[in-house]
Amino acid sequence: MHDEDPDGPIDQTGTVYSPCTGRATGSRPAAACYYRRRGLAAVDVERVTPREEHDMIQLTRRRFVAGATTVAAATALATPRARAQKTGGTLRFVAQADLKILDPVWTTAYITRNHAYLVYDTLFGTDEKLAVKPQMVERHSVSKDGMKYAFTLRDGLRWHDGQPVAAEDCVESLKRWMKKDRFGRLLAAHTAKLAAADRKTFTLELGERFGPVLEALGKPSSNVPFMMPARIAATSADEQIKEIVGSGPFRFVKDEWQPGNQVVYVKHADYLPRNEAPSGSAGGKKVNLEKVVWRYMPDAATAAAALAAGEIDWWEIPPIDFIPKIEQTASLATFLPDPLGTQGWLRPNHLHPPFNNKKARQALVAMMSQETYLQAAIGVPKYYRTCPSVFACAGPYASQAGAEGLLHQDMARARQLVKESGYDGRPVTVVHVTDIGFLSGAALVTRDLLTQAGFTVDLKAVDWSTNLAVRAKKDPPDKGGWNVLHTWWMAADVMHPAVHFGISGAGPGAWFGWPEIPQLEQLTTEWVRATDQPRRKQLAEAIQRTALDEVAYVPWGEWFLPTAFRRNVTGIQKFIAPLFWNVSIG
Amino acid sequence: MLAEILRRLMATVPVMAVVAIAVFALLHVTPGDPAVIIAGDYATTDDIARIRTRLGLDQPFHTQVAIWVGRIVRGDLGTSIFSGLPVSTLIGQRAGTTAWLTLFAMLISVGVGVPVGVVAAWRRGSWIDRAVMVFAVSGFSMPTFWLGFILVYVFAITAGWLPVQGYLPVATGAWPFLSHLILPALTLSVAYMALIARMTRASMLGVLEEDYIRTAFAKGLAPRGVLIRHALKNASLPVVTIVGIGFALLIGGAVVTESVFALPGLGRLTVDAIVRRDYPVIQGVLLVVSGVYVLINLVVDVLYVVLDPRIRY
Repeated sequence: MHDEDPDGPIDQTGTVYSPCTGRATGSRPAAACYYRRRGLAAVDVERVTPREEHDMIQLTRRRFVAGATTVAAATALATPRARAQKTGGTLRFVAQADLKILDPVWTTAYITRNHAYLVYDTLFGTDEKLAVKPQMVERHSVSKDGMKYAFTLRDGLRWHDGQPVAAEDCVESLKRWMKKDRFGRLLAAHTAKLAAADRKTFTLELGERFGPVLEALGKPSSNVPFMMPARIAATSADEQIKEIVGSGPFRFVKDEWQPGNQVVYVKHADYLPRNEAPSGSAGGKKVNLEKVVWRYMPDAATAAAALAAGEIDWWEIPPIDFIPKIEQTASLATFLPDPLGTQGWLRPNHLHPPFNNKKARQALVAMMSQETYLQAAIGVPKYYRTCPSVFACAGPYASQAGAEGLLHQDMARARQLVKESGYDGRPVTVVHVTDIGFLSGAALVTRDLLTQAGFTVDLKAVDWSTNLAVRAKKDPPDKGGWNVLHTWWMAADVMHPAVHFGISGAGPGAWFGWPEIPQLEQLTTEWVRATDQPRRKQLAEAIQRTALDEVAYVPWGEWFLPTAFRRNVTGIQKFIAPLFWNVSIG
Repeated sequence: MLAEILRRLMATVPVMAVVAIAVFALLHVTPGDPAVIIAGDYATTDDIARIRTRLGLDQPFHTQVAIWVGRIVRGDLGTSIFSGLPVSTLIGQRAGTTAWLTLFAMLISVGVGVPVGVVAAWRRGSWIDRAVMVFAVSGFSMPTFWLGFILVYVFAITAGWLPVQGYLPVATGAWPFLSHLILPALTLSVAYMALIARMTRASMLGVLEEDYIRTAFAKGLAPRGVLIRHALKNASLPVVTIVGIGFALLIGGAVVTESVFALPGLGRLTVDAIVRRDYPVIQGVLLVVSGVYVLINLVVDVLYVVLDPRIRY
């Protein structure tokens, strides 16, 4: 069951009414009629930006679309009618990826997390300043010894099926999340009892001290502890949930979900927002939109043209090379929704030579030049920064402790370390992901630097999906395995030791590359048991020193991904995921 | 004739079986593993192994084939590993778009290609003929994505006559439906238009030199009647073959067009499934498309008999 669209049939394509004919036209920009009425040919519009003529001469796909974007912008600037055609309560959004998996506990995919922020609510939220604030929770108390927490839910919370939210639902949801998430598993390992006390209250009793309980419950990135009805949360964590019922500000319309094309959400009429101002996933989630339609457009050029023509309102992550043209367009705007950014990784495989040798791994740090990587991978200095820290540079645990090797490239030392490691000249297999631009650029830089350091390099070209299979292989490189791979994580996922997979030293249980560094595990356990911030900061620095000395991985800098939208969209908030409450469309 | 059609239909069964097993085998030797994609970044080796077991991917190849074929026989194409939706539902959501796109593209291709080819043959060596040949070479040479963006630039962004992207079903109204199909269909049709024009011209040139055509002209029949009723009918067999092959190729060739115009068609469904190694979806789509190919071939064979009663199978 779903609501009628107040604007007519599903507006997946931006159908509007022509100012020329008054008929539905698809997505005809009003500007064309404007110019025709004045007797100007399309070519006159082109001449508004002579630079585009040059671009058209040396036509490439991106240049062409960039030119098209500018032309459309010029016409939109000349015609306020284009704005008068907007379709009130429906926001058309181009998502970063195709939403295929709906269960935010079953997968860590960011697209699923973003979907879940519309549909589900959280006990606690994280605001723009990274402070954890109550969301579904009305109040909570902590015993004097810090071992028992009690949480009371707000009045009036309802699931999308109309049933009231109960404490038991939250208990089951947390239990399921604790089976999948790293932070959740750490919390579970320190929990003696988690149970409902009454209809609105549940308690969490710790078996061992655990400092960041609220940080865990307000964790902003995958896997986020989203709340579901107990009957759904009872699903095994290894199986996908079959029913999408949340208590969040929007309802998922399953009948209109077309994987690979569109996802439709409608306002949850019974949603009761908090009274505070919205900030990140905390505060009042006041919904202004009747409907949100996510579109998946695999071709960036198509999305750029659709945004310029007014067929979509908001494009989550345009490629950075499209940004300058968008920024020159009067009707469009860009915004950095996640000022924390994204961190790039170079990950050695600790299981096989040469990087099962510490000196060979240390050569990776000595050869590192974050600026070179970022230039090759991201390209526009405005959108990247060097960051000699394993923890996010905008986060509370950023530090240069033990990071001297990351600050200055020293190829002579790298070569020396390679010699000392006893490297026998066997080829080093570098996984080269060719269908993700920045990973491809990073791999090519790595090949060059490894060669300079004295390694023989075998670049293994794969697509992203093959990379996922290759990286999971523990076999030696000459039997399908690998030596070095590149990946990236949102800064929210490398904010502190409890969420950071790169500093896990659990050997077979660690992230791909499988470093076995017991000291890192010990320090992480101490970190989650610490209750005061100075101690946590001290432990985080110790973790970083160890991680960089043992070279669990090598960070190659941070970058930022702007979002683009039409100027009639207002209220977009800073957060790691696109949020649709507080957003209006004029 | 009916018996022949039935016999040919029955003959498609072993063809489809071979296709099905070949598709299954090819997919399973392709690198990649849906379990690791599903497992995500935080997964341990144990997590991945558990998912493989749940999906049945740890079973021996012959067991997996047997399970899949058993389902196909019962009319069950399976369920997407990722979305959890039945493959038949996913195909149903997309088939309409691709069918309409292909149909429109073929109508444009035939509607323009055949008359242009006939005229070029009739005016052999004239500027019309040379213009048609230039058009044919250009039509073959233009990359689909490039042509698509040129058309978007001219007709959607600059002129504002048509939408940039998307698809609306027929139920939303004739113009919204058509307006979303015109540019993609035109984009997709140009290469086939050129092919059909060229093939029609070549075929007509041969027929126009036949004695019975000379006789028809000598009897004083109007050129239009001779060209259409006598020459084109006899020249149409190779054209029908090309149209049949074109239909099949259009279904496959729609992938790029669907991406450029963000159309939710079978081509994109297939590519997305391949990227994610969503085996049941890939297998289901390929099986259905293979079935369509076989049927198109059958229709072409039947048309041969209709157009030339001398043909016997």
